[in-house]
Amino acid sequence: MKRRPNYLAGLGSVVWLFLIGLPLYVMLAATLQDRSDYSSNGPLAFPEHVTLHNYTQDFSNGFGHFFLNTLLVTLAVVAIVLLVVPPLSYAIVRSQGRITTGVFRLFLLGLAIPAQAVIVPMFYVISKAGLYDHLIGVILPTAAFSMPVCALILTGVMRDITPDLYEAMAMDGASPWRVFFQLVVPLSKGGLSTIMVFSALQAWNGFLFPLVLTQSDSSKVVTLGLFNFQTEHGVDIPGLLAAVVLSMLPIFIVYLFARRALVQGLMGVGGK
Amino acid sequence: MTTSAAPRVERRRPVRRSGAAVARPGFAWAVPATLFFLLFAVVPLILVAVLSFTSWDGLGSPEFAGLDNWRELVHDHTMIQSLWLSVLITVLGVVVQTPLSILLGVWAAGRQRNRAILSAVYFVPLLLSATAVSILWRALLDPNFGVPSQAKWLFGDGNLFGHQASAIGVLVFVGAWQYTPFHTLIYQGAARSIPQVLYQAAEIDGAGTVRQFFHITLPQLRNTMITSMILMVVGGLTTFDTVLILTQGGPGTDTTISAYYMYQKAFKSFDFGGGSAIALVLVLIATVISLVVVKVSGYDKMRSTTEGL
Repeated sequence: MKRRPNYLAGLGSVVWLFLIGLPLYVMLAATLQDRSDYSSNGPLAFPEHVTLHNYTQDFSNGFGHFFLNTLLVTLAVVAIVLLVVPPLSYAIVRSQGRITTGVFRLFLLGLAIPAQAVIVPMFYVISKAGLYDHLIGVILPTAAFSMPVCALILTGVMRDITPDLYEAMAMDGASPWRVFFQLVVPLSKGGLSTIMVFSALQAWNGFLFPLVLTQSDSSKVVTLGLFNFQTEHGVDIPGLLAAVVLSMLPIFIVYLFARRALVQGLMGVGGK
Repeated sequence: MTTSAAPRVERRRPVRRSGAAVARPGFAWAVPATLFFLLFAVVPLILVAVLSFTSWDGLGSPEFAGLDNWRELVHDHTMIQSLWLSVLITVLGVVVQTPLSILLGVWAAGRQRNRAILSAVYFVPLLLSATAVSILWRALLDPNFGVPSQAKWLFGDGNLFGHQASAIGVLVFVGAWQYTPFHTLIYQGAARSIPQVLYQAAEIDGAGTVRQFFHITLPQLRNTMITSMILMVVGGLTTFDTVLILTQGGPGTDTTISAYYMYQKAFKSFDFGGGSAIALVLVLIATVISLVVVKVSGYDKMRSTTEGL
């Protein structure tokens, strides 16, 4: 069936594209020129003398090390999420106990717990556990806080597996373990990659937990490096923006490959 | 949208029995995740309540202080102002982002060929950390080197961070810049799952695009609107990174919203008890809102906008 194009929203979408694209362009342009060129020509000018100086300088300011830390945190968070969330979602979808329903409600409520709300006691718990200023102290709460959304996405996907398939496996006398590994996991591949991308995104972009739970340069992550750079060298805008570009580069590469998974998963959040 | 169905806890329905007993996973499967979540999300949530009745400097041990923090909070002018500012920024955020993301989402749900290309750029803000976004805009709006300094005819003295109204405007704008793509996306998903029959019927009745939008699209997006707005409210109330980087709560305390005030009290003034009390207020507000979303949006039971079709 033919639907008439929605001109108003179409116009809006072009305006919006401009609003999204222009700042990104200005940012890229700024990072490719010297500080003096940027301040004399202004943010909207096209770069005259292209240089990668800002990027190399960021690396000599320790960004390489911050990257490694962030990478470590991200991998660990994804690993934890992939280890515990699929069994959780399987139990929520397939177990018929009252308790699992209660557990799901708990995770749903968890969606609305803002990290800020628990940051003081988190600081207390992590300090008492002797994990202050260790990456593991950042990893654990970050993983915990990405669980509700991941559980939500994955249960949505697992619910779409038809009961007939379970019954067919039951005919074979399959145990829950076999059903999980031979049916549920293969059929939820899309959902699994979504929660992978999603938890990675959260871990990579995490700011509050590293801000409050770490202190020394050796355990600093990229977002925190950005923040400190901003407070210390705030005038060096091209250098600062180069660091911003660097911070988003890896996630952008992942996005190019996993866009479908991410977009599909996030679309499911809204419900019908 | 068939693969990512709406999240819901289904009410237990009579199970279709057909011969073989289906092996079901026990509660044990949920234990690791639940324990982890309890330990690192729920326990701190309980602790925040306990800490709000103590005085603690972050180093020694918390000491019971009764209602001191709470008494102080009620009379704290900055706290009351910060709550009002949080509400203001949240409401402005919802008012700006909701119509934008509905229009963009509905448009993007259509079958335009250029949609895929556009959306690749569209969703970039989703990938950026709030830190990166805030730093980007802080640099672009810098009073000395940024865009406002070059367009004084539009921005007055060019110092958007120097006045309360423009500073709040910047916070709302940057929030919208970052989060509208996300809400657009969930509206897009919802708009795509509206049954085409409804539009076909409307077409036969001679309803135009505008009427179709107001009489079919909007009512069908009801549940999504609720979900999206609640997410905006919770997100708005807890805006933190943006304030820390863009305005530092200033000028003066003109943009010191509650989440930022809590951070300052706890981690800058080392009044962790007072900070906990503010945090608890935020938790209570967020919990009330989440209970509302679970009830109203039908997350906890099957309820569909397509009922009666």
